[in-house]
Parts: sequence; structure tokens; C-alpha cells
Amino acid sequence: MSMWDDVERDVRIVDTTLRDGSHAMAHQFTEQHVRDTVRALDSSGVSLIEVTHGDGLGGSTFNYGFSLVDEKQLISAAVEEASGATIAVLLLPGLGTVTDLRAAADLGAGAVRIATHCTEADVSIQHFQAARDLGLETVGFLMLSHMSSPEDLAKQARIMADAGCQCVYVVDSAGALVLEDASDRVAALVDELGTDAQVGYHGHQNLSFGVANSVLCYRAGARQIDGSLVALGAGAGNSPTEVLAATFDRIGARTGVDKDGLMDAAENVVKPFITRLPVMDRSSIVQGYAGVYSSFLLHAERAAERYGVPAHEILYRCGERRYVGGQEDMIIDIALEILAEREPATAATP
Amino acid sequence: MHDGKAVAAIVGSGNIGTDLLAKLRRSGNVEVRYMVGVDPESDGLARAAELGVRTSAEGVDWLLSQPEVPDLVFEATSAKAHAANAPRYADAGIQAVDLTPAALGPFTCPVVNISDQLDAPNVNMITCGGQATIPIVHAVSRVTPVPYAEIVASVSSRSAGPGTRANIDEFTETTAHGTETVGGADSGKAIIIINPVEPPMIMRDTVFCAIDPAADRDAITDSIRRMVRDVQEYVPGYTLKAEPQYDDPRPGWGDRARVAVFLEVAGNGDYLPTYAGNLDIMTAAASQVGEQLASKIIDKDTAVRV
Repeated sequence: MSMWDDVERDVRIVDTTLRDGSHAMAHQFTEQHVRDTVRALDSSGVSLIEVTHGDGLGGSTFNYGFSLVDEKQLISAAVEEASGATIAVLLLPGLGTVTDLRAAADLGAGAVRIATHCTEADVSIQHFQAARDLGLETVGFLMLSHMSSPEDLAKQARIMADAGCQCVYVVDSAGALVLEDASDRVAALVDELGTDAQVGYHGHQNLSFGVANSVLCYRAGARQIDGSLVALGAGAGNSPTEVLAATFDRIGARTGVDKDGLMDAAENVVKPFITRLPVMDRSSIVQGYAGVYSSFLLHAERAAERYGVPAHEILYRCGERRYVGGQEDMIIDIALEILAEREPATAATP
Repeated sequence: MHDGKAVAAIVGSGNIGTDLLAKLRRSGNVEVRYMVGVDPESDGLARAAELGVRTSAEGVDWLLSQPEVPDLVFEATSAKAHAANAPRYADAGIQAVDLTPAALGPFTCPVVNISDQLDAPNVNMITCGGQATIPIVHAVSRVTPVPYAEIVASVSSRSAGPGTRANIDEFTETTAHGTETVGGADSGKAIIIINPVEPPMIMRDTVFCAIDPAADRDAITDSIRRMVRDVQEYVPGYTLKAEPQYDDPRPGWGDRARVAVFLEVAGNGDYLPTYAGNLDIMTAAASQVGEQLASKIIDKDTAVRV
């Protein structure tokens, strides 16, 4: 199929190194990082490249971390470097606004991925409508998809599709979906959406299933699959783009991308600037196990250091309370609570 | 005026109007005489009628044709409806407390600036997140300059109504504006998160303010505590979940330190459920504003008679 451009492909690999990777880089991307990475992805045939603060437009805040470089500058640089690829931006309603989206479109972004919690798709309707009015390609993200059944998820996907979304993603924000958990959700969305919209899958490596889930999701009908070079992304990172390219090639699914070019990009462009390689460590495994939004990782580590409590314990509690994407402020709250439990005599009471 | 109380109407007979009625029934200054809706089958109108309130499903036309028009009207409809109704209230000399996002009149927060607005023909209640967080921004900014304030409001999915969902940008933009114009921050940012967890989560709000590293932290904490007590006067479930947290400047903070304030807002459970603190703080704040406006109306009336 070749819905997006003239390239024949069975599945489209979408790269989010410069968006999900922003979490792992604590939002410290430079303009040079962006230019070099976009050039390498673009020349390897990747047709959609996401560039935004990890939490989307307007994400540069106390709560999520301030960007080193204004995302508008990074988006402009990406647009300049991309000759064939479209630059996508992420938008989380409740944080980013239509005003932010217009500004990104003015800078040359050609696509927007609009993300809501998996049960709250109706908050995105105004943003999809605005995106379509701006002539942008539209993608919907149902975040923390593990928290909904396939049937419920499909109903939410329908809301997005009816609002103007062209591809709805099963987003495994916590890296909590294991094999059929992922492909059953994709199948339910494919069944619901038919030809009204495509279905995509966005994986995290917290339990190491990113690539395996991607293959199963493709077989279940997903036609857009997310990856990040060197897995650079929140938690234990995303499905590595270069591994997705090699794996899909191996199983005979055409992606239209140059796997060797992407391996080169991973090795020689991205790996040298990564400040911390994505890894399945205790905290990120707990995120996958307990179903915690992957970008909580660095915030939990920072709170752990600040208050002297274990990051994995904070993350377990985030999972128990079913906090959703964006509730990073609750991490400090939980750290203080653990501290108070440990030192009841000395802890201050409000 | 009637029996020493200002006569009021509630326009909008949904959840907000019904909860507001429950609160205003306890008022010493306000008598809710009228409740107006558009749906004759409305549960809110039926409840109000049982309490002896004169009700109608025929909208504002009915209200303005009453022999005694109210002194005060509380608008709990929609921004669009209020924009249409507001000039008619003004022509009739009725002071309006606007709970919609229409924002025709000045932003009002009872513990911050109501005393400046007692004569305003129309006051706007900002947003639920604004009512919960702007007092804290003000509590910090009255002690030390706040170049930047950021608020994060987490609400339960069940308490996020269709109006909020259809125009969530209105919440973020209006609340951010309120942290500046009423809270006193040079620039503001607002974030809202909707969480579907069951049983529903009680509203949580976190307020971050950038401050000078040398600012008097004890004075800030003291100011915040006093402010929380002031808000508790009308929202008893408004509490600090932890001590205000101070962090020294980090890279990216522009050499500024940060104070973080963690709030929980439990509702009073009058009509709305307790977890819906976001809705309760709107009706409680509007009720408090009504109380103040009514007090001024009563004073004027007394002065005229004397």
C-alpha cells in the first residue's frame, strides 16, 4: 500500500527518536542533534518523523522538564532538513492547544499526532478538526492502551476517526502489553475502523516486547509502526527503528526504508549524542509490570534522589493508583508520602 | 431585596445550578427565589420547586417578566448562552455572577480580588482549576515576585463534563490567564489531566511558582497556609497534601528556585459527589462571591432607607 507517498510499502515505519527520545534526553536536544538525525532518517526513506518536546507541544514546563532549545526552533530545523519526509508534532489536549498547533503548522509541520488517555478520546475532537482545517495529516494516540479492553479501545478509536483522525494508534505507553495483548487491541481497532482510518502501534521496551509486538500488530492489520533509533525513548525506550527495519525486511514486509542506512544512523548519528542509553533496569521493568507511563522514569529517579526513597517503589505506587500520562506531579507527592511513612516522627505534617 | 436579603436567580438547572442552589440555601444574604432552565423535565427544576423556589423552563424571558426581577443572577449555562443573556441582565440592572467560560466581566476569585469588584455589573468565575490554584499563586506573589506560575489540575473523568471536553483549550488558556491577571504571576501556564480511575479520584492540584533563590521561604509557606485557611472558609475540603516543597535552581530554570504546592480539593457533597472538588469549588466560590455582592446590595438598600 502507498497511501502516503509513491513508495510501495506494506507497513510504514514512523520514527519518534526526536520526540519520545526527548524524555530520555531530559529534553536537552540541540538543533544539531535534530538536523543530523532528520537528515539520516530522511535519506533512509523514513516518511514521517516526529519532532516535539516529549510531552508534545507546550510540554516545556516545570512538571515535565524545560526544553534546552525551544521546540519551535527544533521543528523549523527538522523541516529544513527533510526533503522527502513529513515532520510530525505531538499534541496532548489539556497541555498543548490549537494555538500551538497553528504555530507548528506555520513552521512547516505536515502532520500532528494527537494523544489522549485511552478512555478520553473526546477531548481531542476540537484538535482533530483544527488539524484537518490546517491541512495536516492526522494521527490519534490512545495512550496507556493496556488500561482498556480491546472493545472499549475500539469505541474510543471510533471517536477519533469520526473527528477526522486518519490513523489511530494502540499506544503501549507503559510497555505493558505482551504479544496478543497488543495484537488483539489492533485487531479490534481494524475491525471497528475498516477503511475509515488506519491503525498503528507504538511500543516500549520495558518488558522487551516492542519489536515482537510490532510484528504481531502488523499481522493483525497495523499499517504504521513507531520506532526510535537506538530505542531512544521514555522508560526502557521504544522499539528500535533500525531493528524494526531489519525485522520487517526479514519477514518480507516491505517498509520502503533502507535498513542499513538506519543502522548507520543509529550507530553513527544518534548513539554518539545519547547521554544515557535506554536500558531495561529495575525501574523500567517495574513500569512495564505495573503499567506506568514510561516518561515517569526520569522524574521518579529525580524524586528518588531528592528525597532518598527508591524510584521503583514510587513507580509501583504510580501503577497501583493508575495515574495517567501527565500526572508527573504526583511522583513528588508519592515520594513525600513514602518519606513520611518511613520517618513518621520527623516528617512534617501539613 | 426581600426580608433583608438580596433576591437571586439561578439560570441553568443542571448539576452546577443544583449544587449552587444547595449552597445558597445556607446563605445569610441571598434568597434564591427563581431557578430557570430550558427543559421542563429537568431534575434540577423539580428539586428546586420542592424547595419552594419559583421555577420555569421558559428561559430568561420568563425571569425578566417577573414582577420583581432579581438583584443577582448566577449563570450556570454555557458561554454562548451567557453572552446572549448578559446584556439583558445589565439592562434590567441585575448583577451577574458568571460560572461559564464567557469571561465578559472581570475574573473573580473570592479570596483574592472580590472586594475590588463589588460594583461590577458582571463578574466571571474563571475556571475550576483557576479557583483551586490562583489563591496559591497569589499567596506566593504577595510575598515575592513570581515570574512564572504553572498549575496542574487532575480531575476525575466522571467530573469532566461535555463542555470542558469539547473545549479543553478554553480551560488551559483561561486558567493560565487567570494565574497572571488575578494570581499575580508575570506569565502562567495551566495543564489539565482527566483520570478515569475507579473509584473516582478526588481533584488534585499542583502549583509550581518560580521564585528568587533568596526569597523568604518561611514567609511564603506562612502566606500559603493563611491562604489555605481562607479558602477553607467556603471549601472545607481544600487541603495541603504536603508541606510546600522548595527546590534550588536547576539547569533550565533560568537561575530561579521553585516552590511546589500540593493540594487536594474534596467537595462538600451537597449535590455533586465529594470527588468532584473541581465542580464544588466553582459553586462554592460563586456562592461566596454572591454573598459579598449581596452584602453590598443590602448595605446600599439600608443606606437608601435611612
